Amino acid sequence: MENNTYNISVFTENSVGMLNRITIIFTRRNINIESITASESEIEGIHRYTIVVNEPKETVRKVVSQIEKQIDVVKAFYHSDDEVVYQEIALYKLPTIALASGGDAERIVRAHHARILTIESEFTILEKTGYPDEIKELFTELKPFGLLEFVRSGRVAISKPMKTLEEHIEDMNNEKIIF
Amino acid sequence: MSQITGSEAVIKSLVAERVHTIFGYPGGAIMPIYDALYDYSDKVTHILVRHEQGAIHAAQGFARTSETCGVCFATSGPGATNLITGLADAMIDSTPVVCITGQVASHLLGTDAFQETDVIGISMPVTKWNVQVKRAQDIPAALAKAFFIARSGRPGPVLVDITKDAQFGMMDFNYEACKDIRSYFPNPVMDATKIDDAAALLNTAKKPYLLVGQGITLANAEQELLDFAEKSGIPVASTLLGLGAFPPNHPLYVGYLGMHGNYAPNILTNEADVILAVGMRFDDRVTGDVSRYAKQAKIIHIDIDFAELNKIVTNEVSIHADAKEALALLTTKVEKRTHESWIQEFRDAEKLEVEAVIEDAIHPKHDRLQMAEVVNMLSEKTNGQAIVVTDVGQHQMVTSRYYQYKAQNTNITSGGLGTMGFALPAAIGAKLGNPSKTVVAIIGDGGFQMTIQELGTILQFKIDVKILILNNNFLGMVRQWQELFFEKRYSFTDIVNPNFTQIAKGYDIEAKKIDQRTELSEALDAMLTSPAAYLLEVVVEQEENVFPMVATGASVSEIRLK
Repeated sequence: MENNTYNISVFTENSVGMLNRITIIFTRRNINIESITASESEIEGIHRYTIVVNEPKETVRKVVSQIEKQIDVVKAFYHSDDEVVYQEIALYKLPTIALASGGDAERIVRAHHARILTIESEFTILEKTGYPDEIKELFTELKPFGLLEFVRSGRVAISKPMKTLEEHIEDMNNEKIIF
Repeated sequence: MSQITGSEAVIKSLVAERVHTIFGYPGGAIMPIYDALYDYSDKVTHILVRHEQGAIHAAQGFARTSETCGVCFATSGPGATNLITGLADAMIDSTPVVCITGQVASHLLGTDAFQETDVIGISMPVTKWNVQVKRAQDIPAALAKAFFIARSGRPGPVLVDITKDAQFGMMDFNYEACKDIRSYFPNPVMDATKIDDAAALLNTAKKPYLLVGQGITLANAEQELLDFAEKSGIPVASTLLGLGAFPPNHPLYVGYLGMHGNYAPNILTNEADVILAVGMRFDDRVTGDVSRYAKQAKIIHIDIDFAELNKIVTNEVSIHADAKEALALLTTKVEKRTHESWIQEFRDAEKLEVEAVIEDAIHPKHDRLQMAEVVNMLSEKTNGQAIVVTDVGQHQMVTSRYYQYKAQNTNITSGGLGTMGFALPAAIGAKLGNPSKTVVAIIGDGGFQMTIQELGTILQFKIDVKILILNNNFLGMVRQWQELFFEKRYSFTDIVNPNFTQIAKGYDIEAKKIDQRTELSEALDAMLTSPAAYLLEVVVEQEENVFPMVATGASVSEIRLK
């Protein structure tokens, strides 16, 4: 079976240990998580995880079922890259003097739609959001300036289908019997 | 209303959940709860086990035979970690157990305090749900949630870890049973159109085949299964944990599935054109090589656990539902049919097994006693009505093959996890849950020594458990594999045993050892009619193999008779 990149979105109650409960499902199958981010969602008290893995579709489907089965998980989805809009953010720390000594700095910042977050006497911090390869391109261009530090976030992704989480929950509650 | 301690709230919550038996072992971090328990001894019986693993296996045996939750107490650190094997066992065998563990005071969490261990982290992969409670006022709601989760949907074990300061803390007690959790969907609404799809497949099938598992028992769907089978005329085979869900002497019953199951139900799996699997999960011990498992068949799978559907095999129709409800509706949709020539194929294949294996196993010509004849005679003497608890290994497979489980909730064994040491404590729990029934623990000489300390629990609480040791002085199942697949290199499977009857006597348990066929009937009678606990050690053939067998990596159609 062929590996592909999948974006797994998990919506959970905000309870202690949820991250662990989710990640052990990957650990158990010896699946490497490429990136993971967690934050609040649009619904109060519900957190959202975006997990990126490189695995066959069948494996991802089974993992998502096993995630969804966790008591505090409201819903979990998986999407291929073309079914989501996704973004990553990176910060680059450079010696100010290197940027200021003529050369290409302006062209690079403009061409990459990077933002300057701060300029201190010793260092300057640039920010770039985009796809991983765009972030990597800027990294390559900045390297000759004596890049001091580089950090990239995990991916955040939103699916293209229009059904909202609230609609999903409503559907699920219609399928729920309470004795 | 006056305030009570968190500890008393624990006990009052258990009483509110109608818990009357707890298995446990006290220790520092759970002492306040034990102190509160002292005042409730008229409402709650506490069984002091000899090791926490014994507590949880007893709770499992109790739960599986009494259709309620098993409950156990353990202290922090080693007390809690000793529960882990039982949690894993209960998780894989879908057993509702609520474990309550004491924890160090909340200000000490994360400091490597005495007997501190991260029990939430450790137990996470082997619990359906777990939670740590740090405030007294949160105890009732946490326990209400715990019982609801353990029992509902696909049952499973839960663990509630309560810090010592929460046990001491004061609170206003108010107990409300949990009926719903926003993110939890244990009772799915069945999609009736899927039942129509299933019925359409079954009504036109030439060789339909019904595979049932423990899901039938857990859903109390035995009657619905019988009604469905009798109307549809479909032959029924059972998994290990499904034994007892369908009458073994019924004309539609064709046997036990899996690695050491019966010949016909395994080999004909690859002949069926439509397979209806209910409340079973296509374990590798059932399927053999899954790439050569039932490839010709269209599979209909009914399970309450969505994650089980399309996990191992690919279904034609997946029905996410309670087995009872699904079978009841499906019965109304299937046509009344018979499948005489198809069932005759099972009978013909069965003949081969009777001739090659069964006849010789239950009426052996060997000098030494065979496990199968012991189990067969026990089955006859108890008329298949006893609660039979088995450990893990050859004796377990032999019991599954030769005990005729005619009553419901009587087949108790460690199926998914294969936990040696399960039987003795599980039998204690089963007996406490069923004081009027005969409970027989059938155990090998190896497994018995893994939890032998629970003889002390039997002694202290005068628990009438019949212990039948099938002693071959070997770790027999591993030895069998070594014989068949490792060129008879018997690496560390010969085991030197103590004098079991002497040990039993040390615990004031009547005991007898036999090694002759002529003694068997009388010895079983003495065990079964004894008014108290009894240990019967039967010395059996040392190098007996369990057949038929589907070897690892083989297809079910390659099942060997010898």
